[in-house]
Amino acid sequence: MGQWPALSEIAFKVQSGQLKAVDLVDKSLQAIADKQDYQAIISIIPDRARQRASQVDEKVKKAVQVGPLAGIPFIAKDNFLTFGGETTAASNILRGFKAPYQATAIEKLEEAGAICVAKANLDAFAHGSSTENSDWFVTKNPHDKTRVPGGSSGGSAAAVILGLAPFALGTDTGGSIRLPASFCGAVGLKPTYGLVSRSGVVAMASSTDVIGPLTKTVEDAALVLEVMSGQDQLDSTMIERDNNSYTDLDTKIKGKKIGVVKEYMSDGLEPGVRIQIESAIEKLKNAGAQVTEVSMPSLPLALAAYYIVSPAEVSSNLARYDGQRYGHSSKKAVDLDQSYELSREEGFGLEAKRRIMIGTHVLSSGYYDAYYKKAQTVRTMIINEFNQAFASYDFLVGPTAPMVAFKIGERTDDPLKMYLTDIITVAANMAGNPAISVPAGKSQGLPVGLQLIASQRADRALLGIAKGFEELA
Amino acid sequence: MSKLTRKAVLKLARLSRLKLSDEEVDRFAVELTHILKYVETLNSVNVEGLEPTYQVTGLKNVTREDEIKKYQAQPSDLLADAPAIKDGQYKVKRVIG
Repeated sequence: MGQWPALSEIAFKVQSGQLKAVDLVDKSLQAIADKQDYQAIISIIPDRARQRASQVDEKVKKAVQVGPLAGIPFIAKDNFLTFGGETTAASNILRGFKAPYQATAIEKLEEAGAICVAKANLDAFAHGSSTENSDWFVTKNPHDKTRVPGGSSGGSAAAVILGLAPFALGTDTGGSIRLPASFCGAVGLKPTYGLVSRSGVVAMASSTDVIGPLTKTVEDAALVLEVMSGQDQLDSTMIERDNNSYTDLDTKIKGKKIGVVKEYMSDGLEPGVRIQIESAIEKLKNAGAQVTEVSMPSLPLALAAYYIVSPAEVSSNLARYDGQRYGHSSKKAVDLDQSYELSREEGFGLEAKRRIMIGTHVLSSGYYDAYYKKAQTVRTMIINEFNQAFASYDFLVGPTAPMVAFKIGERTDDPLKMYLTDIITVAANMAGNPAISVPAGKSQGLPVGLQLIASQRADRALLGIAKGFEELA
Repeated sequence: MSKLTRKAVLKLARLSRLKLSDEEVDRFAVELTHILKYVETLNSVNVEGLEPTYQVTGLKNVTREDEIKKYQAQPSDLLADAPAIKDGQYKVKRVIG
């Protein structure tokens, strides 16, 4: 599949004049055209990308330092607001929407010299685990076209593995970066909640939404995080970033205390996934890690809690799509109330409607305590359990998903069955901890992902151990 | 406990400002009941003595100076996405029928 050198190498070669940014953009656009049948991409932004590439090349000619991502093309999930084309979040209700400003993450990447060339497919509004909830089309898994790439950042993960660009951006609310990374064989990083500004990203569940990279290697993920992280006045939920560079990694495995989460190694695992994960854990042991099993009995509750908290926040965040200021507006309405009801009915897909109504239900008077407050209290249990575990362990480990990429259509009949795909990834979102999925072998010819979780704000340590593992594999 | 009737789905749809089709009402009555049944597994969890968590990194009352800042987007950029505008303002359908 498509090959790109390491990000640092590309940037060095652009800065030193050995590679031209315009050629890199053209190479990326050509790869997108060549691999159209995978349907990873919703739209391309060729004019703006070529223009920005020329600016990079001009700067190089004048010996101006461009930045650590000089001339590097990338692909953003289509829920990032970007200039130069449409931003749709793969939803009909945003068809034709032109962003009046850009996401902070995009601005930071551009300042560092990176160039956004295209927008990747997703489950509409990031609601899903397979891209099958996209209002446009289903993305195909790069390893088997009859299978899903995972979701919701499925287009981004597929794009990286197909070599459409050297890196891509995703968002992770319940597993939406790590799951497609696992299914496609990419590295997918979910940083600590609040480390990367959410300004200009279409909001799903604001208390768990995070932004992160999908890459081929841990080193590339670290560099993208290094550029994207840090304060932004437009997001009041941000935390302090690490004083050291996220690319300054301690990859040593010897002596690290690693807990294998018992609940994640349950009977629900596909046998082929279990074999790969057990073998990965064995490698960590052989490299000198102190590996023991840890039981975290609250973690299996995380998904049920998430499917109360997240739809509640979705119902609130999607209230802004009312057909009046932007987005789809019904032509059939005669008064304002009808305009709201018809614009939303026509513009939202089935999954958005499901989540809006579940959220409305759990927040209704008389149900609030039983659902919402209870779920947020279970969240406290999960957080306490993580804190307790990280008092004894440096990292927690297990599979990213209980299964490899499933067949297109296999899980669409039953929304709950689709939700269960995130059973392992979702706890880190509820607790705000950083987590990463790294490739760990194959089962039935399909990639398996190993998930590593660290304590809040230990993103740099997490990237270090992930790179250490990558070097063993 | 929560078996959602057609009537309950219609009420939720109204609160959510969604004009569902008949087919969707039937479909959601089944699907939402199924989902609620799953999340209600939390009913049996004992959370005595624990408080709910709404913010995971412990931030409280993040404030900034109340001053006007220049922003990327101009009002005209924002109005460019509107379905209807008049005299530089959003134009909406009549409110009273």
